[in-house]
Parts: sequence; structure tokens; C-alpha cells
Amino acid sequence: MELKMKIFRFDPRKDEKPRYQTFAVDAQPTDRLLDCLNRIRWEQDPTLSFRMSCAHGVCGSDGMRINGICGLPCQKLVKDFKDEVLLEPMPVFRVIKDLVVDLDLFFEKYNSIKPYLLTRTPAPEQERKQSPEEQAKLEESIRCILCACCTASCPVNQKKETEKYVGPAALVRAFRYLFDSRDEGSEERIALLGHKDGAWGCQTLWKCTEVCPKKIPVTKQIGQIKRRIHEARRPPK
Amino acid sequence: MISKHDIVIVGAGLAGLRAAVECTDQADVAVVSKVYPTRSHSGTAQGGITATLGNEEEDHWEWHFFDTVKGGDYLSDQDVVEIMVKDAPRGIYELEHMGVPFSRTPEGKIAQRNFGGHTREYGKKPVKRACYAADHTGRVVLDTLFDQCLRHRVKFYAEHYVLSLVFDGGICAGLVTYDLATGELHFMRAKAVLLATGGCGKIYKTTSNGFATTGEMFNLAYQSGIPLEDMEFIQFHPTGLYPLGILVSEAARGEGGILRNSLGERFMERYAPTIKDLAARDVVSRAILTEIREGRGIGGKDYVHLDLTHLGEKKISEKLWEITSFVKNYVGVDPVHAPIPVQPTCHYIMGGIPTDPDGRVLNDEKGSVVQGLYGAGECACVSVHGANRLGCNSLLDLIVFGRRSGIAMKGDIARYDHRPIGDDPLKSAGAKIAKLWNPKGPGKIDSLRQRMQSLMMEYGSVFRDEEGLKKGIEGIRSLKERYAGAGVADQGKVFNYALMEAIELGHQLDLAELILTSALYRKESRGAHFRNDFPERDDRNYLKHTLVFPTPYGPDVKYKPVKITRFQPATRIY
Repeated sequence: MELKMKIFRFDPRKDEKPRYQTFAVDAQPTDRLLDCLNRIRWEQDPTLSFRMSCAHGVCGSDGMRINGICGLPCQKLVKDFKDEVLLEPMPVFRVIKDLVVDLDLFFEKYNSIKPYLLTRTPAPEQERKQSPEEQAKLEESIRCILCACCTASCPVNQKKETEKYVGPAALVRAFRYLFDSRDEGSEERIALLGHKDGAWGCQTLWKCTEVCPKKIPVTKQIGQIKRRIHEARRPPK
Repeated sequence: MISKHDIVIVGAGLAGLRAAVECTDQADVAVVSKVYPTRSHSGTAQGGITATLGNEEEDHWEWHFFDTVKGGDYLSDQDVVEIMVKDAPRGIYELEHMGVPFSRTPEGKIAQRNFGGHTREYGKKPVKRACYAADHTGRVVLDTLFDQCLRHRVKFYAEHYVLSLVFDGGICAGLVTYDLATGELHFMRAKAVLLATGGCGKIYKTTSNGFATTGEMFNLAYQSGIPLEDMEFIQFHPTGLYPLGILVSEAARGEGGILRNSLGERFMERYAPTIKDLAARDVVSRAILTEIREGRGIGGKDYVHLDLTHLGEKKISEKLWEITSFVKNYVGVDPVHAPIPVQPTCHYIMGGIPTDPDGRVLNDEKGSVVQGLYGAGECACVSVHGANRLGCNSLLDLIVFGRRSGIAMKGDIARYDHRPIGDDPLKSAGAKIAKLWNPKGPGKIDSLRQRMQSLMMEYGSVFRDEEGLKKGIEGIRSLKERYAGAGVADQGKVFNYALMEAIELGHQLDLAELILTSALYRKESRGAHFRNDFPERDDRNYLKHTLVFPTPYGPDVKYKPVKITRFQPATRIY
């Protein structure tokens, strides 16, 4: 079948403003959209730029807006689209070229939540014990591949006046450490997260959860962080 | 641009990041990666990482030692295997202390599962040795190590592509990168350079490897005069998802999955009577292709079934969530209710840049060290995996030898200075790129690459013979001639992936020739290298490592002995 792909183009070297270009690709119904993008670059226009690597939704490289919704083209099959697909770079981030965006700010925010285990007690000789139930709490959050689809889709992040909001991806990682039974840094974490640009920046709009390519219940996890902060700050009875 | 660091690490997978974490206390460390660090291919490792913790049942490092040597069909250097298996429990506890969210036993210890070729009492029955986090073990270890690097403020040069290694009087002095975002060249001077860039699976058409795993560092080392070791040993993972080749973890069989042919037979009973579906990967891949060749592929096609339907929804959704999502998404099959179509897929290269047990790169068959250059992980060959790697031993290799390389580098640099070199390396790297501009280029690079990938599948995959290997070499040489006239038209400086792929293809073609040449000269069958014309292992003539050297007349094949300390070669039956 033939699939039309309408693609956002911007080359800082020659374009003053972005434009759209439509390509026709001969595709099998079970091809991934990423396969089609590759075919365009290899056979029709070598100047088309987009990131990719593992091609099966694990590395998190190829986040983009597909028919207006952020997702990974390596997870989408041609058969699920009719005639024409619109591909655009993720919103929120600065476009560098075509579908490639600048993720520096995304990773700065990620780094700001101290994404590592904080411990005070010296490590035992063997493993720190953790029950299967305690580990299971983390299981969904550790699926995160940092593709940035959630943060790009968040209406709070999209608004200029609230752009400092740390965003859902960083909060998922914060959840992963805050609720890790081995972590001893909850006071520090609560201070890092308990403000308007931290967990309270979330307005529970569910866009992150809707788009997450790894089906992480992002909004629910942010809710649990809020609750944890609230409980920690409640004056003792 | 010119910059200076004590240590520059190329590759941000598990080996590179583990090394980086090790050196930050005593050195200024930079990590260079062609992709953003968290995109590294280590993240796609699913099943686990081995160590004889004995958390689920009795286990001993001596058993792990034996299994690894037998798995490698006696080509592993046993002194380094012993180092690796003894260090494994310490390495795993260290990862756990860093925060890796391993799955747990009811007592709260790290959970362990069965994996191919890992047995108790020297082959008697499978043993639970693979520590895991569901089926995204590689991903969570990668994330944890990346997080540790952030904590230790490691400097990252993300999306920098290495164009050349720089030497001064035989000493490695740094490297030149191409910044994909700007097109600028960057000469990074260093006292020590670690190559930790993973594999080269994209030389083959069907592979579990990502687009970034093109293997240029193997060839950059080779072009610098360094021999490559055991390059004929390419592992085909038995269960790639048909037809894409995406990995379906051995954990599926570790948890009880069964391979079946078109008759519904559990055919592995015939090929590996004792441990059946959990035999070493080379054995299972050959079995699957034999079934297909003899007409027992499903519906006459090139795949068999991996049956998990008897495992139950709970186990599948808890322990195999990732692969379930791939299978549902890409082939529309729910493994809870229907078998998964699988075929062998190019997965791993056992060979690579020869190193000593501390990652120091070796220059010849006598073991001379290249000052300033180190290697770890899949691109290196320390040789723990011999002729065939066991599942879950690769992540172990990465953390054990990544760490050891880190320790060696931070010790060695106390004796080294930066070499006094000007900007010549930038000029010669620039000239390399200029050679590739060609207005008639478009389209050609891709067709050459496709041809190479098909040639390698046809002549250099699971079953090989002299005639085919010769045809393959001839084919690759003619592609190299055509490549010399190809190039890229677009001189854009910002995210010019066409340029990067053109450079990659040059390296891939060189590597393809080295793989086929090494395979041609090894006239026996051992581990992943199977010759239809020499179907037996020949210890008298080939119990030795291949070393392929660059010469002006093409690759020159030499050999060096295997280090055997404890286990004498024996018949390999599973």
C-alpha cells in the first residue's frame, strides 16, 4: 500500500520558518512508521533528520508528534493509519532540525530531582533486602525510557508561564527513588519536589498517562508523590 | 575545537558507564557517545546478569566457570573466565547498592532465573543463576549507571561520532569526533582512551541490534594497526521475533517456554537431551534452522514457535512484560494464548579488540600493550566468551571488565602525560569527510548496505562453507570498490545522518571482510562458527585464537594459543 507522510521540515541553515513536505512511501501494512521514515531518507531525501536507534521502543530516541499525539514511530504500524500521517517534532522543546529537538533542558530537569539512590547507612556485604511487594511498587516506573513524550505532551510544560515545571518524566524517576524502600533521602526529596515547579506543578490533566509508550500510570504516580509530600508536611497530631 | 581530559571513554553502554563511575574519584573523565547515553544498546538487554549468589538454589563459581568454558566450546581464556565468575557476586551486590531495582525472592534477596547453558554440577541440570529485573534488566542497569554518572558529574559528549583515533609514536593520544548537532570537529586529547562501543550486528540483515550498532570502533582500531581477535564468532540468538529480528529474551525459555516445530514437537529434546530448550545459543540456533531446512518450519516458512501458553497470564505479565508488549504490538500475537513466531537473529560478536584482563589493548600475538588504549565489553575480546557466549554473561562481562578497565586507567595515567600534538588530527579528519562529498551520492549508500547485509546473511551467518565464504569475500570486495565511488551530496552540518551512515558503511564493509576472512581460515566447527565442510571441532589444529592483522595487501591471519587452566576440552553435549 502507499502511505503519504506529511513531515515537518526545518533546516536552520536555509529555512527562515518551518514548512511541511509530503512524501509517498510504498509500505507493507506491518511496517513500522520508522521503517517508512528510513525509506524516505535512504531513497528520497537524505537531508531528512530524525533520531532513532533500537527501533522497538526501548532506547527512547524517536519521540515525535504523530497526527498530533506524541509517540514513538518505531512502535506504530502502517496498518493503523489511513492514507496520510502527519509527523512533527515534539512540542515544548526547541526544534534543531526537522524532527530533531533539543533535549538539554529535559535532561537538566531530570538531573535536578537527584535521580540516584540516597543512603546513609553503610551498605551490607550482600544485597540490601527488599520484599517483592516493595520492589513491585517500582516495576511500572522503571519501564521509563526517557523518550520525553509525556513532558512534551503536558499542557503545563507547554505554557510559557509554567515552563519551569519539572515535568512528568522527571517525576516518574523521582517516584522510582522516593518509593524505593532502600532510599533514605525522603526529606531531601520532599524538599526538592514539594513546590509549584515540582510535583505541585502537575494539574492532573492526564496527557502524560495517555501518551506514555510504556503504559506507565504517570499521573497516578505523581499523585502518590503529592500525597507523600502532604503526609510528610502534616503537623503531627 | 581541541579539549583535554585525563580519560576519554567512547560508548555510554554498561561497560563505558561502569568504567566512568570507577574513575571519577581520581581523574577528569569524559564519555563520548554517538547517541544520547540513555539510548545505548545495553538498554535492550532483557533477561539478566549472571552471578552465583545461590539465592534460589545451591550454586558455585566453579560451576559457572565450567559452563562458561563449555558454552564457549573451549575457546575462552580460562584465566579471565575465572576472574569474571569469581568477581560476579561482588559486581552484582555493587550494582544493587547503586540502586538497581532487581526483582526479589520472597526473603527479599535478588531473584534469579534459569538461562541457557547455566547448570549445576557441571551440566547435570539447569540452575537459577541469572539475576534479573523482570525482562528489562539491561535497561534498569543502564539507567542506574547513567544516574550514577550524573551524580559524579561525568562530562558527556552526546551525539558525537568518532572519526579517528589519534596516535603519537604508537601511543594513543586521543580521538577526533564529529559533533552531529553542529558538524564541528573536536580533537579530544587524553592520557587514556577506553573503547566500549558494543557490537556490529547491523552488518547482517536480520539482527536484534539497533541502528547505532555499526561497529566502527573495531575498524578504527584495526586501521590503526591493531589486530582483531576471533572475529568469525558471531552469535545468532535463537529467538528473534519473526520477521523483524527483535530480541525475544531467553528468559522466556528460562521461565519455562518451549520451542516447537510445525508438528508441534518439542524438537530440542532431540538436539540437547539433558537441558533441551536451555542449551547454548549456537546449539539452539542450529537446531531451529535444521528444523526449518528439513521442512518443519511453521507453515513451510522460515520460523518456528516459542510456546509460552502453559506459563499462565500472571507469570507472563509479571516477568515477561516487555517481550509480551513487543509480540502483541509487532505481530499481533498474545503470548498468553498463542505461540510466538521466532527465527535466529544476529545478536552478538564474541570477537573484537584484544585486551589483557585489565582492558589494555594488545598489539600482537605476543601480548604487547598499546599504551593509552583500552577496550571493554562487546567491542573488546578479553576472551571470556570463546566461540559462543552464554546468555547473561555479557552484562557480567561489561560490569566486571568495565570496572577493571576503569581501575587500570586511573592507575596508569599517573605515569602518562598528554602527548604534545597540534591540530593535525583535526585536519586529517576533515580531509576524511571531504572525500565523502559527492553530488552523485544519494541512494547508493543504502543499496550498498542492503547488499552487504544480504551477503552476510547468505554466506557468513549460522552455516558456512568454503565456497560461500569465498563468494562472500568477493562480493564484499566488489561492494568496497563501488563504495569508493559513492558518497553523500548534502553537506549540511546539522544532524547530517546521511554523512554518518556513509562513514559507517565504509567501516562495516571492512569489518564484513574481516569476519568472512577469519571464518574462511578456520577449517573446523566450534561454537557459533559452523562449517558444513568441516562439521567437527578440531582441537589439534584450531584450539587457538584467530588474530587478523592489517597489511597493505589486505587482512593477514595469524593465531595465538588459548589459555587453559582447569578444564581440558571435552565433547560438548547438552
